[in-house]
Amino acid sequence: MLSRVADSCFWIARYVERAETNARLLVVNHQLLLDFQDQEPDVERKHWEPILGTLEAQEIFYRFYQRANSDTVQEFVTFEKENPNSILSCLAAARENARTIREQITSEMWEQLNKLYLYLKSPQGRQDFINSPYNFYYSIIEGVHMFHGITDATMSHDEGWLFLQTGKFLERADSTSRVLDIKYHIILPSGEPVGGNIDLTQWRAVLRSCSALEPYLKIYSGQVKSWHVAEFLILNRLFPRSIRFCVDSLDHHLHKISGSEERTFVNEAERLSGKLRSELDYETINSIFQFGLHQFLDKIQRELIEISDSLVATYCSWLPAAEFLTIS
Amino acid sequence: MGKLLDNYEIGPFYDEMFHPDGSVRQHYRLLHERFNELTPEELQLKRRLADEAYLKQGITFTIYKGDEGMERIFPFDLIPRLIPAHEWAFIERGLIQRITALNLFLKDVYSSAKILKEKVIPPEIVLSSRHFRKEFCGFEVPKDIYIHICGTDLIRDRNGRYLVLEDNARCPSGVSYLLENRQAMKRVFPRFFNRYSVRPVDHYPQELLGVLRFIAPQNCENPVIALLTPGVYNSAYFEHSFLARAMGIEIVVGADLVTRDHKVFMKTTRGLQPVHVIYRRIDDDFLDPLVFRKDSLLGVPGLVDAYRHGNVSLANTIGTGVCDDKVVYYFVPKMIEFYLGEEPILPNVETYLSSFDSDRKFILENLHELVVKAANESGGYGMLIGPQATKAEIEDFRQKILADPRGYIAQPVIYFSRCPSLCGDKIEGRHVDLRPYILCGEKITIVPGGLTRVALRKGSLVVNSSQGGGSKDTWVLDDPDETTN
Repeated sequence: MLSRVADSCFWIARYVERAETNARLLVVNHQLLLDFQDQEPDVERKHWEPILGTLEAQEIFYRFYQRANSDTVQEFVTFEKENPNSILSCLAAARENARTIREQITSEMWEQLNKLYLYLKSPQGRQDFINSPYNFYYSIIEGVHMFHGITDATMSHDEGWLFLQTGKFLERADSTSRVLDIKYHIILPSGEPVGGNIDLTQWRAVLRSCSALEPYLKIYSGQVKSWHVAEFLILNRLFPRSIRFCVDSLDHHLHKISGSEERTFVNEAERLSGKLRSELDYETINSIFQFGLHQFLDKIQRELIEISDSLVATYCSWLPAAEFLTIS
Repeated sequence: MGKLLDNYEIGPFYDEMFHPDGSVRQHYRLLHERFNELTPEELQLKRRLADEAYLKQGITFTIYKGDEGMERIFPFDLIPRLIPAHEWAFIERGLIQRITALNLFLKDVYSSAKILKEKVIPPEIVLSSRHFRKEFCGFEVPKDIYIHICGTDLIRDRNGRYLVLEDNARCPSGVSYLLENRQAMKRVFPRFFNRYSVRPVDHYPQELLGVLRFIAPQNCENPVIALLTPGVYNSAYFEHSFLARAMGIEIVVGADLVTRDHKVFMKTTRGLQPVHVIYRRIDDDFLDPLVFRKDSLLGVPGLVDAYRHGNVSLANTIGTGVCDDKVVYYFVPKMIEFYLGEEPILPNVETYLSSFDSDRKFILENLHELVVKAANESGGYGMLIGPQATKAEIEDFRQKILADPRGYIAQPVIYFSRCPSLCGDKIEGRHVDLRPYILCGEKITIVPGGLTRVALRKGSLVVNSSQGGGSKDTWVLDDPDETTN
């Protein structure tokens, strides 16, 4: 398949997944705020800044907005065109990529992506956002789920599909690491004990951000504890948004592209993803907490970036045509 | 309540649906009846249905205003244009005759130039044509076919006579609308198709693929075919993508291709893969920066070299644009006589060349009554419509013609035929043309009908999409019972 097309497939999936992550972060944070009104004078800022922290977007945010509060952060993360990672920017980029490879994806996929993008830009979308952010963000999450479902059900599971899967799982691993990391950025109100009510509510929100509350409760019989939440979201083998599950799937699809066997490698991307995969296989939550949760997540994020870069270098980048001529 | 077509004004034009006395032409009767049964509300609902389908599928073209590209849907008119079987048979014969002559002309003019030596066409006219590529004289193209895809624009005068307005022998576009319009009609008016026997058009992509395979380089059993597009920002990108999908071929931009050892390759995830046939939707000028425009970023350096080595075939070939020159157009009837010994079946519009002294005198004296066209412009640009022009515009063209007689032609104003069209909540007559798409491979194929373009602005004669034009589905009827006039 054309390198350019592979690149677009990979990025469509990443952008779409990123849009979903943003919607999840916002809807949960919004819900959480309703539980903690009037705690402290500066509570709104403290409540919304962590979102910017976990998205690594503080700098660009303060270039355009003066204060972080519910309105500005939601606007920035949802609609802001100047924010390259806002939901709108992500969907616009995914759609633009899809437009250039329309003949490679199915009409149903294109129509779904187009519909989602047009909804976000429509007066109706804006009105839904004002009336009920909860419903609004869930329509976006649902729209993304629909896109994945349509992709699986209508597109041949060929090379393009593999690049879409690779992008999806890579971004999703990154997304879960960021949602989990938000706890690092949220500072407990003064006097609140670790493991106290507020702390636990925050952990519960983290689970909800990943649609993980119910699956979690099934396994840990109803008790929300910080290290259990982290264990579940990082190391659970079967939960489809856990980092381990996502890295397993990433590694699996990546190997399918080249046809090489898992646990071997024929390029740098496979080597790095295989390495990350086996690291997670032998990790325990105790060792992660000893290393430092934030540091660990940070490391995962950096390794995912390296995998992404190597994948693009292996399959998607070519020297400009002019250089070929001078070489030959 | 009045019926939709009851107050329809026929006007002093040939009307596709009505006889001058207001009675309905035989082949339009069923359609007329059905449209008169619709309430305005039903009609608006149908229109919305069609528009939504187009927007949802992203069947759009891009208009640039400021730095943001706006996507518009190409307006689709719900009332189809009908062509009876015998009329189509006549058009088809005329188009086959014309394309045959044009291909013979290109072969001749790029090899022995007999037609020029015998002064049937003054040599300086061809040699001075902007799109004549003297670099390709003496170059043999696969199977002697130069124009593989041609979009010839036809109009009808006040007597309903079909005339050729121009040939588009480079990269004619619009065929995707022809195909999508048919799909839209089937969705919106499913029951019409039971009542009329309409000849299908959806085999166009297969026919085109057949042509592309036919012209593959020799000894190439399973040619790899690619469509070369300027890219997603080109206004016709939707069509490029649509056709590539329908044919199951790769769509590539210049940067996807690279040349090595006089061959063309695509950059893929598995390395370089050879390409044998390129359906290019880029003009000659931008094809290869090493040969044509140096500043072109759209093309592929070395492509022309690979083409010269016979390792890659191009559709259309390089240099066909000479046929799009409106001065060369003047000579097409003479080509038909010269190469085929036949009378032209489809006449040209009467044309005056300002490079001929006597014609020029006539043109300059009658500017206010003529249409003047620049010989090498398209898309409705570079045109003077005398009766609608101001004195200043007329003077401007007078100077232009005097400065560059070779660059202009003139024709009498032709009021194209009109077809009932949905305008707001009324049905009114609007001028239409017809662009059939002619494919030349092992044989010559024309999908029945073509794209009917309609000038949706009241009184306008310009049907181009950039200037307020829309399109209609075009039905060539199969049933002999429907065809008597």
